[in-house]
Amino acid sequence: MNALELLMAGLLLASGLCLWRAWLGPTAADRAVSVDLLGILMVGFCAVLTVQTGKDLYMVVGLAWALVAFVGSLALAKHLEGRRFDD
Amino acid sequence: MIDFAEPRDLAAYVLMALGLAFDLVGCIGLVRLPDVYNRLQAGTKCVTLGTFLLLLGVVVRFGLGAMGWKALLCVWFVAMTSPTAAHAIARAAHRSGVPLAPGSVLDRYREDGDARDGAEQDDAVHQGSMP
Repeated sequence: MNALELLMAGLLLASGLCLWRAWLGPTAADRAVSVDLLGILMVGFCAVLTVQTGKDLYMVVGLAWALVAFVGSLALAKHLEGRRFDD
Repeated sequence: MIDFAEPRDLAAYVLMALGLAFDLVGCIGLVRLPDVYNRLQAGTKCVTLGTFLLLLGVVVRFGLGAMGWKALLCVWFVAMTSPTAAHAIARAAHRSGVPLAPGSVLDRYREDGDARDGAEQDDAVHQGSMP
């Protein structure tokens, strides 16, 4: 287990804590928060993968993941607020 | 891969380890804090800074080439989108009636929001009463 795999294990632990909050979160807003944080954590995971493999591809994946997580969080927030998506 | 004999790789690894520490602290706060709003503020700020540091580790490791500029673009994008998403979720939680933690003493947003909702209702009544 080299040093970067240690970083990945730590990020997986953080993602597990996020999933734990999504599992037991009492309201839907808690689950929206944890899903939002999971998206940002995965961008960091893509950064670690970039250093591990030295490939350009993972940074592009992280960029696209940040965009999709942002749009998903906004859609969840609109849904929680009880408005339509084009409002 | 990381080669600890090179100072650039060592600096990148220190940055990434700091980022991982911030991520872990944010996620522990997400699990431990009592309230949606507390969880948002712990989680969003710590995890955003942790992701910054992880991406800056990529910039330090590879220099400002193709990967470094993409990592900087990622930093800019996360800096723009993460507070916006957190603000939208907090507003949605407040408007959908999620209660504050029992020890909370002040809810400024409810005071302002009630005033503004009242103004909107007055507008609606006013428009409804127009011939």
